[in-house]
Amino acid sequence: MLLGKTITEIKDLIKTKKMSKEEVFSYFVKRIEKHNPLINAYLTVLKKSENTNIDGLLSGIPLAVKDNFCTKGVRTTASAKVLDNFIPPYESTVTSRLKKAGYSLLGKTNMDAWAHGSSTETSDYGATKNPWDISRSPGGSSGGTAAAVSAYLAPAGIGSETAGSIRQPASWSGVVGLKPTYGRVPRYGVIAMGSSLDCPGPLTLSVEDAAIILQSIAGNDKFDATSASVPTEDYVSKMKEKKTYTIGIAQEYFEGLDEDIKKSLGESIKIFEKMGFKTKKISLLSPQYSISVYTIIQRAEVMSNLARYDGIRYGNPRTFFGSEAKRRGMLGTYTLSYGYYDAFFKKAQKVRTLIINDFKRAFKEVDFIIGTPTPITALKLGEFEKYPFFGELMDKFNEPGAMAGIPGISLPTGLDRNGLPMSIHLMANYFRESDLLNASYQFEQETDFMGVIKKGILNLK
Amino acid sequence: MKDYTPVIGLEIHVELKTKSGMFCQCANGLHEAVPNSQVCPVCLGLPGALPVPNKQAIEWTIKVGKALNCTINKHTKFDRKHYSYPDLAKGYQISQYDEPIAVSGYLEFGPNHGTYKNEAKRFCIHRVHLEEDTGKLIHKNNDTLIDFNRSGVPLVEIVTEPDFSSSSDVKMFLEELHAIIRYLDVSEADLEKGTMRMEPNISVKVKGVEGLPNYKVEVKNINSFNFVKRAIDFEVKRHMELLESGETPLQETRGWNSEKGITYSQRTKEGAHDYRYFPEPDIPPFNFTDSYIDAITKTIPELPKTKMERYIKAMGIRETDAYILTRDKSLSEYFETVLSAIKKENKEVGIEQKIVSVITNKRIPTTLSTKDFVKKFLENMRPIDTDTGLLDTSIKAVLARNEKAVTEYKNGKITVIMFLVGQVMKEMKGKADASAVRKALELQLE
Repeated sequence: MLLGKTITEIKDLIKTKKMSKEEVFSYFVKRIEKHNPLINAYLTVLKKSENTNIDGLLSGIPLAVKDNFCTKGVRTTASAKVLDNFIPPYESTVTSRLKKAGYSLLGKTNMDAWAHGSSTETSDYGATKNPWDISRSPGGSSGGTAAAVSAYLAPAGIGSETAGSIRQPASWSGVVGLKPTYGRVPRYGVIAMGSSLDCPGPLTLSVEDAAIILQSIAGNDKFDATSASVPTEDYVSKMKEKKTYTIGIAQEYFEGLDEDIKKSLGESIKIFEKMGFKTKKISLLSPQYSISVYTIIQRAEVMSNLARYDGIRYGNPRTFFGSEAKRRGMLGTYTLSYGYYDAFFKKAQKVRTLIINDFKRAFKEVDFIIGTPTPITALKLGEFEKYPFFGELMDKFNEPGAMAGIPGISLPTGLDRNGLPMSIHLMANYFRESDLLNASYQFEQETDFMGVIKKGILNLK
Repeated sequence: MKDYTPVIGLEIHVELKTKSGMFCQCANGLHEAVPNSQVCPVCLGLPGALPVPNKQAIEWTIKVGKALNCTINKHTKFDRKHYSYPDLAKGYQISQYDEPIAVSGYLEFGPNHGTYKNEAKRFCIHRVHLEEDTGKLIHKNNDTLIDFNRSGVPLVEIVTEPDFSSSSDVKMFLEELHAIIRYLDVSEADLEKGTMRMEPNISVKVKGVEGLPNYKVEVKNINSFNFVKRAIDFEVKRHMELLESGETPLQETRGWNSEKGITYSQRTKEGAHDYRYFPEPDIPPFNFTDSYIDAITKTIPELPKTKMERYIKAMGIRETDAYILTRDKSLSEYFETVLSAIKKENKEVGIEQKIVSVITNKRIPTTLSTKDFVKKFLENMRPIDTDTGLLDTSIKAVLARNEKAVTEYKNGKITVIMFLVGQVMKEMKGKADASAVRKALELQLE
């Protein structure tokens, strides 16, 4: 009776006393026990719910949390063996807000080690398998959370993005993925990857669930100097107001797409038009520029953020670093070295400003920019090794928005010729999450693509 | 031997006594507590922890910058400075690189500043920036332990230009800086406890040669002003001898052994360190408004030099006494409190110097309450019989010697009378009542 139920639906079951919170929790624990050995979505699973008495937005809702969120007393590794036995003595702001909202932590999910990757294959604990086809990747770096939700090993989960790490796995795993504005959701307690980019967000089975989670975790945090003081909104109720918007179509975001995805994107635009939305052709900087800018800035921040794992304080020495972390650290060191700073880092920062201005200009004309989170659907595991900058290429449509810090959402639109999920991607102006969710919710109501997708979950009965 | 001249610049670190840490909520000032008892995820650099800057520390750094006649950068930011050391929790120190809070300041000294007898001089300050302190290594037997209590304590770094050519100038500068910091009430500035740390950078060049020498030696672990002077003297002599024998001293960091009075090599610096600075992404940059800076500037009290000059000019206090009195803000406040109380009872001219003499000669201890001091002082004051004959001859002698002062007085600069009173008192070896002297002088000058 629970299979495929959204947070909203489970809340209703608990409220009407059709199921107890404990029953809900143990349902997922059993499902994890049964399917996780195959999927490898979770690294750590909690057997007991701890948080059942709080009456909040997520009262009694079990969630999967990416393993880069510090959870007090619960092992947190960022899928890196360097932190193999790291048990945080403190709680991240996101998970402590989820606690206040009444959630219970189901477990910590697999990811690319340190979030370096777009497939979970750089995880020191083995790759996560895509529930749609276990020979394929669920995407990454939040692949564990995406697969957990997609396989219904959790009704929803928390991921984090640096550039694409929520939206791309959401797309490949056939779930909703929301990347909020940088600073909308606090980073305190999230093991840092690219500090000027990192952004926690939800992966869910419905737009409404994404709104519920965002509402629980968004807002200024005195422990995060980069968190925004812009007031939050009532995302759930605002989402349901009937509004029409203008969607921008930029040719630059339609290049190099797989045929099925391109077709699906075209159909989605027609659906928006049918819904009464306006569309407008606009022009944007090519996402191509973002690849190099993103690579330089992120690598520099990675080098810096990994410097603390010097083998003195944490369980394992530096020899436990995987090759991707080493590659990134070396590139970051190079671009910041004396004499190279101006040529690389400083120049990248300047181009970053151009990207920001480009979006600001575009959002004077339109409410959203449409595209897809990835140019292709889920790849086979092992394909990634062929491309040293695989993640950067896979995430090229997410990188410009990530560099600018604007929000974006990945919404399922159906299955491709191989039966793999496809998505569209909407980007909005800073702090326009409420509008983004509103348009997404309307799209979801109009299409019921999520209903189609959810049937996939039944494959794993 | 060729004619050599030392080239010295200073780096001074001052720990701010803010309530909490530079970037965290940990209580500050308790780093002598049980090791690693004053720590949190932020100052331990735990995965995921983020720095939130301490507003008080920023404002105090602006205050220090202003007190040192610096320009405050209206746009400023923090940067990450990378190096690997066990006491550095994050593998980088949050510091400031190209946009420090304050730049281009100076301290100026008159020709009779304390023990300083040279001509008036200005020593320039390159920059003042804010950073976090590191942890501390404790070496025990064959183990090295790390105490992170000090990690994340706000630390102001003051860097001077290489403007010094003598160790006594350095000493005077450091003493003045120390007094200023104490006046600003932003740090304990305790040399013993290391809340003020001084590192001279020393090199020597042939006199007259343009530019800076191609090496410098930094000396660390010095905990007194006298030791700074001695360490510099030791180094300068060492460098001169090396240069004379045709060698260039090694660019290195040296320690100071106060027992032996020598410096010793700690580590050699192979060229400039590559710290891979970049803007700290966890802390947005700052934009200060003029009114914000002005409001902070207004909180700066009268600084020792200004106070000293006021004591000399307006109160007729002797230069050396004025210097001693203004070294410590609380002593000068003590003086001003007793002065205003005594003045209510005794309107005698030159009473200021009398009180100061009593204080500096410790004839009445300043450990007494100001009220008791005043009581005792007034009890001890008894009118001095003035030999009118001697007074008359003394006044004549003084006026004859000080024609300029007399002219000034006659031109309306009546404060000069204090100077003349002092001269007459001196002439009479203090055996006169100052107010009687003043009256007599005023009569003479009419």
